[in-house]
Amino acid sequence: MTTKPVIAPSNEDTLSRRGFFMKLGILFNGFAAMVLAVPVVGFLLSSVTRGRASGYLSWVPLGRIDEFPEGETRLATFRNPNVMPTDGKTVDTACWVRRVAGEKFQVFAINCAHLGCPVRWFPQSGLFMCPCHGGAYYRDGARASGPPERGLFEYPYKVENGLVTIQAGELPTPGAAIASLTGEKPPCA
Amino acid sequence: MRLITQIGEWFDHRLQLAAPIREAAEHPVPRNTASWFYVFGSAALTVFLLQLVTGILLALIYVPSGGEAWSSLQALNHQVALGWFIRAMHGWGSNFMVAIVLIHMVQVFLFGAHKYPRELTWVIGVFLLLMTLGMAFTGQVMRFDQDAYWGLGIGASIASRVPIIGPAVVKLMLGGPIIAGATLSRFFALHVFVIPGMLIAFVGLHVLMVLKLGINEWPMPGRIVKRATYEAEYHAMTRNEGAPFVPYAVWKDMFFAAFIILAIAACAYYFGPFGPTGQPDPTIIQTAPKPDYFFLWLYALLSLLPPSLETPFLLIGPPLVILGLILLPFLSGEGEKSWKRRPIAVITVLMIAITLGTFTRLAQFTPWSPHMNAWSGDPIPDRYIHGTTALERQGALVFQVKQCRNCHSIGNTGGQRGPALDSVAVRLTRDQLIRQVIQGGGNMPAYGNNLSPAETTALVAFLETLHPATQSPARDGARDLVLSENTAKSATQP
Repeated sequence: MTTKPVIAPSNEDTLSRRGFFMKLGILFNGFAAMVLAVPVVGFLLSSVTRGRASGYLSWVPLGRIDEFPEGETRLATFRNPNVMPTDGKTVDTACWVRRVAGEKFQVFAINCAHLGCPVRWFPQSGLFMCPCHGGAYYRDGARASGPPERGLFEYPYKVENGLVTIQAGELPTPGAAIASLTGEKPPCA
Repeated sequence: MRLITQIGEWFDHRLQLAAPIREAAEHPVPRNTASWFYVFGSAALTVFLLQLVTGILLALIYVPSGGEAWSSLQALNHQVALGWFIRAMHGWGSNFMVAIVLIHMVQVFLFGAHKYPRELTWVIGVFLLLMTLGMAFTGQVMRFDQDAYWGLGIGASIASRVPIIGPAVVKLMLGGPIIAGATLSRFFALHVFVIPGMLIAFVGLHVLMVLKLGINEWPMPGRIVKRATYEAEYHAMTRNEGAPFVPYAVWKDMFFAAFIILAIAACAYYFGPFGPTGQPDPTIIQTAPKPDYFFLWLYALLSLLPPSLETPFLLIGPPLVILGLILLPFLSGEGEKSWKRRPIAVITVLMIAITLGTFTRLAQFTPWSPHMNAWSGDPIPDRYIHGTTALERQGALVFQVKQCRNCHSIGNTGGQRGPALDSVAVRLTRDQLIRQVIQGGGNMPAYGNNLSPAETTALVAFLETLHPATQSPARDGARDLVLSENTAKSATQP
């Protein structure tokens, strides 16, 4: 509806019937695009939103407690809790389990805190070494030298019915703000 | 023959493409652009087409599934007739494409072709470079092996450092919480649909603009580009002394394109396909992942930067470089085109080339990486043990067993992360050696908790023997003095 008087159709101010329908058509298509955008964006971001809603982390067993001798650090593997049919072997993950004493453990991610390469444990020198850029860590996971800015990532663990269980499910990365993975206490704790 | 002409005319009556194609082919170009320096753009296009064809051929067999990609590559290498050759062509084609795109870019820059009115052609070229690098990285992921797996981990670790949204970016990139089947699938979609689609569109625009604006004339020192007059000058040049692109200039493009294809085929034939290396099984940790050739410089950079600078460098550096490349034609859109009158341009190109070349060379033998097997694999040369005491030999054992060798070389074998120790006794006194071993520092871990006093004594005794025969070991003069005074005192005492 326009309050201006209808004059010659060539005038820019007027809205012809065709022009009106074209604008309506554009509007209608815009609406359709918006309706379509909701599922498309939702689908594209599903890997992010899923993580935020229910979380990817869950408790997975590593093995019986007597498989890990006291005072030693052993390699353990576990299957990532979320498995898709096309994952193949990529869902099998390794981690370093250090049994400090009794039921006191430290479970380190295999990924170097620098750029995620797999660190190797050298019991003789008590060091974890990274083959990529030469990061090194002490037996308790603390940074020893090299480019990493922090110690190794640690999984939260518990010992139940003689089983060592860790909370896993996400690739540990330097930027991940997951307090449980950083091995540091959240600021409020 | 008449029939073929008639069929051709029948089609052209309906398509009406012959006239515009002829016009494009025969458009006049400056005579001096019929040069071997002007063949890299068409060569890049040729290799791109080759990549499209070999890529489609590979897709006939390849399975983009985390569980099967690796074995489908094995099948291509060993079971399917000539599968190895098509893989090798695609892999070598990728290396050639990155190289030719870079050479093309340098040539365009040194010939001032990015200046008015070809700014947009340059900007689109920058995007084409980024897409080419994107294809190279996603292509490395397609070869779903150990290097691809850990390379993705490195990519995720870098992405995670973006402030606030880092963790979300990682999940978006990986298609889930970990590197798995969904990761490969989305990189497949990028490598096969998204980036090639954009490449085709942008290459089309890039070539269209070369046709519309004309190829850059050979730069003459002193011939200044001015916005007001350039186009009139260029058109006068092509009108008066130009020559039709076909066949005057095109034959060099054709020769070079054929040469490049044959060179790729020769590399493919002699060197074969790239990998795949070990299976993408994250429980196999005996691996030292390395990126493909064109990202080796980044690998070196990430080892050599101080840790605190790394994240800002990674997150701010690339956007700055890309912005600089995009802004370049707008900041220097006029003026001299010839490299002979643009010393800063030449020096910049040389600096970048030397830097990237040095980093790439360094990354080929990774002096910063510990040699994981040196402690058990590289023996101490005889001459270092010959004529030593029992304590010193025990120290040599400690030296091997405590993995010192992984980072320190002796007799040119062992890691290069730390300094070579062949003459360490000349540099450090006994006390300094003890301090360095126990407390570490200067990028060396502290071994205090892992060495007993006896082991430390033996180790330092061995290290003190490491000096050239013609040079005596370092001594602490003050310590000697104090000790001699003590001995003198005890000698005088009854």
